[in-house]
Amino acid sequence: MHRSLRPWFLVALAAMLLGTLAPARAAETTPDTIKARGVLRVGVKFDAPPFGQLDPRTNKVDGFDIDIARAVAKTILGDENKIEFVGVTSANRIPQLQNGNIDLIIATMTITQARMQQIDFSNVYYRAGQSLLVRKDSPVKSYRDLAGRSVCTITGSTPEQTIRRVAPRATVIVLESYPECFTALRGGRVDAETTDNVLLFGLQQQDPANFKLTGGLFTFEPYGIGIAKGNRALAAAVNTTLTHIAGDGSYAKMHAKWLKESPPGDWRSWFAESPEKAAEQFATQFPSPSPAPAATR
Amino acid sequence: MHWSVLVDNAGALFAGLLITLEVSILSFVFSFAIGVVVAVLRVTPSRLLNRAGTAYVEFIRNVPLLVEIFFFYFALPSVGIRFDGFWSGVCGLSIYTGAFFAEAIRSGIFAVPSGQLEAAEASGLSYTQAMRFVVLPQAIAMTIPPIGNTTLNMIKNSSLVSTVSVADILGTANLLGGRTFAYTELLAGAALLYLVITIPAALGINFTERRLAIR
Repeated sequence: MHRSLRPWFLVALAAMLLGTLAPARAAETTPDTIKARGVLRVGVKFDAPPFGQLDPRTNKVDGFDIDIARAVAKTILGDENKIEFVGVTSANRIPQLQNGNIDLIIATMTITQARMQQIDFSNVYYRAGQSLLVRKDSPVKSYRDLAGRSVCTITGSTPEQTIRRVAPRATVIVLESYPECFTALRGGRVDAETTDNVLLFGLQQQDPANFKLTGGLFTFEPYGIGIAKGNRALAAAVNTTLTHIAGDGSYAKMHAKWLKESPPGDWRSWFAESPEKAAEQFATQFPSPSPAPAATR
Repeated sequence: MHWSVLVDNAGALFAGLLITLEVSILSFVFSFAIGVVVAVLRVTPSRLLNRAGTAYVEFIRNVPLLVEIFFFYFALPSVGIRFDGFWSGVCGLSIYTGAFFAEAIRSGIFAVPSGQLEAAEASGLSYTQAMRFVVLPQAIAMTIPPIGNTTLNMIKNSSLVSTVSVADILGTANLLGGRTFAYTELLAGAALLYLVITIPAALGINFTERRLAIR
């Protein structure tokens, strides 16, 4: 072969190899196969207090989502410690579930119709809402004030798509984690950070003297537990767990422990809400699709 | 598989390709300038300048590139210096790649017979002139392979700017992945787009190497 042809031959070879990569189909994990394995693998956030946070000194994770995960492990395996926590990001959690790395996603995940085409969800276990975190002296009082200002959020999240819809004239900075966004906010690099109120609350607690939440809740975000598509047996076990922790008072205890307040009066109705209904309600908030990411540098 | 996602978002991906090119070209210009200056510092007769050059190379090339980009993006604002994601990326890539260019060019300078510098100085050129017109052109021509290697690495390393909110090839693929969930297809597409840049760059390097070798 002529020497100068070789690189193009390699390109063709690479393309062919990529073409043969069939989507790795995860073998069905049922409660029985999890029992046989002896450990439940759950994708959780390691950087989203108070829902999931890793303490690098002890190498232990804790948080609201972590306690929910332990309750599921107790239902399936009879032991809340037979659990392996896998750190996920908003961007990689669905691929990790689909390729079988994890059995469940319990990672502050909003139930949406787009996601329901990829995976199944449990019933709703929490309701958050998107809000803004700003410096105490900030003139920003609502997302309407973000025009001409910059706002930080994270890649692969619903707030990233929402903020482009509701504040089309804001500069959206997209980083990988909430603490990175908070660092950018503290450094004066951005005017606001936006994501779900409870996650902003977790960050604001680190420096309550200088930062505040503002702008109220301009979405509601029904959180659900992600389960591989069509895995009915596992979904049933998860929903049984949710019903159980709602009934025996442990959910209210977790809520008070991590969010420093009792759940609101209507919280029992969340648990009765099917994922289909939650996704439909989420969609009705935004009649138009989110604009494509702008080609900003 | 949903390969149509690549066609549907061809515009955004092409914009990402242009940004990767922009980052790469700017970083190449700055890092090559840094590389030449630092390489010369490391071979000058002045011990102080020698040490400054050595300190630069050893400090910068032994710290991970991502740490350097994060330093520009996250740490510098605390002392009031603010580069946006794009320029934080270009600065990080430039200082990092500059250290590798410096090492490549320095080895080239050593490979130029010392008689060349002596002859140039004997014929009336100053040290700086002799370096600039006699030694460096030969040194750089001899070190095209390592310079090319470092350049290709730099183009690929530029994907790290996606971590500081730059919508380059990888950043755009990630953003689109969050909307379509077609990560496999988008990452494959991103890989091909990098090849669109790196393969011609590699061919260009080979061509330059052959041309300079003939002379």
